[in-house]
Amino acid sequence: MIVGIVLSFPSFMPSMKGPKIKLGLDLQGGLHMLLGVDTKEAIKSKYKSIASSIKYFTDDNDIVIDALRTKSDGVSFTLLDDTEEKNLNAMLNKIPGLVVNKNKLNYKLTLTKKEIKATKEYAIKQAVDTIRNRLDQFGLSEPTVAKQGKDKILVELPGIKTQAQEKRARELIAKAAHLQLMAVDEKRADQVYNMSKDEATSYGDVILQNARDSKQKYLLKEIPILDGSMLIDAKVGFDRMNQPVINFSLNSEGAKIFGDFTGKNVGHHLAIVLDNKVYSAPVIRERIGGGSGQISGGFSVQEAHDVAIALRSGALLAPVKLLEKRSIGPSLGADSIRESMIALISGFVLVVFFMIIYYGYAGVIADIALMINLFIIIAIMALFGATLTLPGMAGIVLTVGMSVDANVIINERIRELLREGKSVAIAIEKGYANAMSAILDANITTLIAAVVLYAYGTGPIKGFAVTMSIGILASMLTAILGTHGVYQSLMPNIERAKNLKIWFGIKVK
Amino acid sequence: MEIFKGDKVFDFMGKSKIFISISIAFILASYVLLATKGLNYGLDFKGGTLVQVQYEHKAPIKKIRESISKDSLFKNASITKFGSPNEIIIKFTTSSSSVKEDMGDKIGKLLKGTGKFKIRRVDIVGPKVGSELREKGFMAMVLSIISILIYVAIRFEWRFAVASVAALVHDVSISIGAIALFQIDVNLDTLAAILTIMGYSLNDTIIVFDRIREGIHETKKYDLFHVINDSISKTLSRTTLTSLTTFFVVLTLYLFGGEIIVGFSFTLLIGIIVGTYSSIFVASPLLKWFGFNIEDFKRRLAEKEKAKAEKEKMREMYERGMV
Repeated sequence: MIVGIVLSFPSFMPSMKGPKIKLGLDLQGGLHMLLGVDTKEAIKSKYKSIASSIKYFTDDNDIVIDALRTKSDGVSFTLLDDTEEKNLNAMLNKIPGLVVNKNKLNYKLTLTKKEIKATKEYAIKQAVDTIRNRLDQFGLSEPTVAKQGKDKILVELPGIKTQAQEKRARELIAKAAHLQLMAVDEKRADQVYNMSKDEATSYGDVILQNARDSKQKYLLKEIPILDGSMLIDAKVGFDRMNQPVINFSLNSEGAKIFGDFTGKNVGHHLAIVLDNKVYSAPVIRERIGGGSGQISGGFSVQEAHDVAIALRSGALLAPVKLLEKRSIGPSLGADSIRESMIALISGFVLVVFFMIIYYGYAGVIADIALMINLFIIIAIMALFGATLTLPGMAGIVLTVGMSVDANVIINERIRELLREGKSVAIAIEKGYANAMSAILDANITTLIAAVVLYAYGTGPIKGFAVTMSIGILASMLTAILGTHGVYQSLMPNIERAKNLKIWFGIKVK
Repeated sequence: MEIFKGDKVFDFMGKSKIFISISIAFILASYVLLATKGLNYGLDFKGGTLVQVQYEHKAPIKKIRESISKDSLFKNASITKFGSPNEIIIKFTTSSSSVKEDMGDKIGKLLKGTGKFKIRRVDIVGPKVGSELREKGFMAMVLSIISILIYVAIRFEWRFAVASVAALVHDVSISIGAIALFQIDVNLDTLAAILTIMGYSLNDTIIVFDRIREGIHETKKYDLFHVINDSISKTLSRTTLTSLTTFFVVLTLYLFGGEIIVGFSFTLLIGIIVGTYSSIFVASPLLKWFGFNIEDFKRRLAEKEKAKAEKEKMREMYERGMV
């Protein structure tokens, strides 16, 4: 049965050169966030894009409509030209999941329940993909972005070093990156400073602020000409003044819409709006084909870089909100490692000496098993890519105390049999046999508690459950197979020994 | 070395009434504490924000308080020293849902001018997550009690299961009482500690029960009293020894493991003491109190054996019939 020990050797050897243990965020420092998705906003922007396409379609086909409005629960408009009814209905029917309610020529459009559900689900999936894309381009090692539960997003960023870096990452994640090209309401533009929000809404307009100067306001048509969903690329460039700008290009559909609009509106203003702030509103001098544009407006190079990343990886259909955040500085993580190592080593030394004093050589054997246990835990964790957390370290420390238990049970049984006057060989064999059921039952019940903890625990606590479970299994293995093998191979020596006190710590008559 | 002489049998059962009265008194006291002082739910379960700040010099707590209370959001923030005099923890019950700018950033701005510092940890738990974690924690406890009950009932007998779970409830109650008494923040790690106590205390109890089961098989008499006394005495050195080694390591964790883990290790320390007490003095006497009867147990065992033998006989006949 010496095989037991030999078997455990190769498993901890690779841990030294091969796979290394992964440290949890609480030990290496980093940012852990749980985000929620505001799916209502996704529905709203879905309605907005439906309105945009209606506007494009009616403009393109010279259909006159009025009072095109989007609300959080639908789109409404009035058709003025009833000869076009058939044409328009055909177009509306092409939009999937749309319910058309008509009162004469007043249209009210809503989405089906199924479509709303699908839109919400898509918003979450899209948020996960978008955030992952952005973080991948941000340049941190091993970011984790995953859907958790039904509607939450888990973001883990190891390797964040400073507060500033953390904040930048958070800003990048939260950026809606919602690019819109909007028409200025030329008729009423000069009244913008005297107009209330509600009044603007009644004209089908919105009032937006300038990105640099919040006092400067623009009156814009609420339905955008096109939005960032038609964007295919965004890059940082520099303008003539050597200021960083973002050059973007549109796909062919976007380029066509853009070209048509600029062609029809020469002399008017076009506002470039990012996340509801106007970056610039130049006059259209001529038809702009080719589908490329520029966002300029006092970015720092770093800002421009992050905005470009966000635009490239797409807009967030719905804003994300913070549900939970744990951010730990690397120095705190290092402190935690140091402190728990001190606890581990001092606990280990205490237990080792205690066992030797109490049991003599049998204690030494139990100590060897204990040491091998520790190696097995580390090896298994490294092999399976488990993460070591601070509670996980606590679990290992606890294992040091508890894993000698199996050997204590066995040694007590052996002592008992020796007291009854049995020979050493029989005492050892029977001692192991008698102890077996107790060791199994006791450890399995502890294991049950650990498994439940794993199933219901989150983050670091899971780490505790993992190290404790591995520790329990390892201690059973080393005690039942490992130390038994040692005793068997040492049997001739033990039988020759006159003084069993050195071996088992008790005097036998 | 030996703590307890090998063959001595202590009379635990004779004094079981005293021990159980002590336990009941402790449990009642715990519930009174729970009702009056209540549990001090920490961030994980209540939601809120925690900011850990390390200064390069002694933390100027008064100045920090002044700077922070400039913002009415943080009027009720608590500021406490954490480990060294250079390090503080600022806690408040509000949380923010903005990803872009959170409470940590705000605190950082307010603290400017209080000295050279570094924000080392920011934990924000929204109210929704807090209540979810609380639910999950409660479920974990109930679920592990039920699974343990089932396992012990299968391996032993239902009365063993009920007695061990009663001992568990005893341990958990008193540990929670101690948490209430010392006003320790109840967080996820405290919950982990309590679940560990459950596993640990059960471990001890099972070892004694295993001995009792063995004793029942061996004994010719039907004297449960004696079997229990004998079994507890025989496992006494093991119980004490394992408890001691575990206590040692948890104590080192408590002393050297750092502030973050203090709540966890303190709860464990209490739990180990209570758990050891319960598996020696409480669990086994309960067996007798629940009306466990050796004669009965043996009869049922014999019936089981008989049924098994008969089944085997049937199978043998069947197989022979086939051939």
